[in-house]
Amino acid sequence: MAQMTMIQAITDAMRNELKNNENVLVFGEDVGQNGGVFRATEGLQKEFGEDRVFDTPLAESGIGGLALGLGLTGFRPVMEIQFFGFVFEVMDSVVAQMARMRYRSGGVYNSPVTIRSPFGGGVKTPELHADNLEGLMYQSPGIKVVIPATPYDAKGLLISAIRDNDPVVYLEHMKLYRSFRGEVPEEEYTIEIGKADVKREGKDISIITYGAMVHASLKAAEELEKDGISAEVIDLRTISPLDIDTIIASVEKTGRAIVVQEAQKQAGIGAFVVAEINDRAILSLEAPVLRVAAPDTVFPFASAEDVWIPDHRDIVEKAKKVYNF
Amino acid sequence: MTKTIDAVQDQFETFQILSEDGEVVNESAMPELSDEQLQELMRRMVYTRIWDQRAISLNRQGRLGFYAPVAGQEASMLGTQFALDKEDWILPGYRDIPQIVFHGLPLYQAFLYSRGHFQGGQIPEGVNVLMPQIIIGAQIIQAAGVGFGLKKNGKKNVCITYTGDGGASQGDFYEGLNFAGAYQANTIFVVQNNRFAISVPVEKQSAAKTIAQKAVAAGIEGIQVDGMDVLAVYAATQQARERAIEGDGPTLIETLTYRYGPHTMAGDDPTRYRTKELDDEWEKKDPLVRFRKFLEKKKLWSEDQEQKVVDEAKEDIKAAIKKADGAPKQKVTDLINFMFEELPYNLREQLEEYTAKESK
Repeated sequence: MAQMTMIQAITDAMRNELKNNENVLVFGEDVGQNGGVFRATEGLQKEFGEDRVFDTPLAESGIGGLALGLGLTGFRPVMEIQFFGFVFEVMDSVVAQMARMRYRSGGVYNSPVTIRSPFGGGVKTPELHADNLEGLMYQSPGIKVVIPATPYDAKGLLISAIRDNDPVVYLEHMKLYRSFRGEVPEEEYTIEIGKADVKREGKDISIITYGAMVHASLKAAEELEKDGISAEVIDLRTISPLDIDTIIASVEKTGRAIVVQEAQKQAGIGAFVVAEINDRAILSLEAPVLRVAAPDTVFPFASAEDVWIPDHRDIVEKAKKVYNF
Repeated sequence: MTKTIDAVQDQFETFQILSEDGEVVNESAMPELSDEQLQELMRRMVYTRIWDQRAISLNRQGRLGFYAPVAGQEASMLGTQFALDKEDWILPGYRDIPQIVFHGLPLYQAFLYSRGHFQGGQIPEGVNVLMPQIIIGAQIIQAAGVGFGLKKNGKKNVCITYTGDGGASQGDFYEGLNFAGAYQANTIFVVQNNRFAISVPVEKQSAAKTIAQKAVAAGIEGIQVDGMDVLAVYAATQQARERAIEGDGPTLIETLTYRYGPHTMAGDDPTRYRTKELDDEWEKKDPLVRFRKFLEKKKLWSEDQEQKVVDEAKEDIKAAIKKADGAPKQKVTDLINFMFEELPYNLREQLEEYTAKESK
């Protein structure tokens, strides 16, 4: 099996779908000749032509409108927002237009658009590039939000996103793009949107997380193991809709849980996960469900990221607090 | 610098075919329309005027919901739509209901839309229109996408979209024009400049003398048209359509028009921002009066014909309201089902909850 970085797996998924369906179009700022600022679309314009893979003018709102319009004329747009910090520019197209298309038309129209975008801290970008804004998407009815943490998941989820007939926001954590390789089958496969993955089994505490924090949580789980605490790590993979069955089954088994996110405590989805656990499994709990999250400041300047973003030590500390409650 | 701006602005003289007295002042620009087509244009304008009057009164009686009056803008609205092919797309703003009805949306659905019933948005198959847009300008970038999609599909069709003078201040307006230009999309942008964005006069929207000249910066065609002259509006749209389907790119059409009524029926009072003198000045330009004079001279229109249309419109409206009254009461369960192709767990649970609640 091929070893790929996450960005290679993402490119591979787009190549697969461009081959698979002639209505798939890939576009955004610099995605054509240049292959994207992270090379996510490397080689795709050459392989599939400028009709299928093309550059757009530098205007995010326009890209969103273009995608919606192309979707109405039979295409399956895969649009890129160069950095997710720019999403405010295209917020109307995504959460007010695409997300409502099916509802407003009583099911006549839909927006089969995939919105790919890099996000996430730890790579020292300028301001408003890395912000963890996934919570805004979670709070918007009508869209799905996918965040892969491994190359394998990245490919299968992106293929599913492109084939989905509703808008899917697909967020790519920049720190994971090239930090490690993983096994990725060369043939096509899909991973169902809305299904979490238990990345590590355990019996004492559930660590529920997504994105780059999956890796920090796995590291924390190893540390906890040394102290005799068996932690289960759940990678949500899709944050909207949540895989409530996997979350609840794990919590019922362990009786304890923490939710870990890179986003600020007031952002992200930590609070929603806690609320769902309270709604559905409160009698299984041996301790309150706590959260590991960044402080409620705006996303920090590059040189402050290291102290701001939660790490495995924060997770170990919080897990022990819940374990020893 | 000022000289350069003037030179650009001076290129955008108002295109007119019929004078206010219904005289042909621009013979060479006369579109090729049969007598029947000319009569049909008049029929549609009269019909729409009556419909507007009825809609206002139905709104006051509480029998219609959200409504944005259209009287004064009939030539601008119907002249553009009349130049379209059945398979062309319309992306309307919320006032642009006449265009989508004459493009194929049944009148009772327009009334359901006004009442906030989801069946108003269920566009019948084969009718290429979107639901009226509420966010000012959102439809403009979408129209660039639809026009680009039509071009990609090799269609000899266009996408036409509408906004007002206020809409031309939105960022999405400039992005839409620019995208359509960059891709040479099959798109026609219509700005119905009715002089007021709710209350703010067009002079306060922009230092530009015309909205049409905004096409220059996007590298696309632009034209300012007398929006009270249905023949000029039709001719300009028809040419823009030809250009687009021949691959010559998008066009921005500014129609100079006026809405006689309030912005919407939700409490707007135009006397707070418009003078009676201005109202009178524009009523002299009335599109129906002007076109009627033109047709009467050609012996193509009579009082009897007019009355027939008035009666027909009233009958249709009565029947459409009756049909709209028959629409089922909306249920939360209907709405939940339209959120996604397949419902996620939260909506599945809520569907169950509301099914139980609504079956009580």
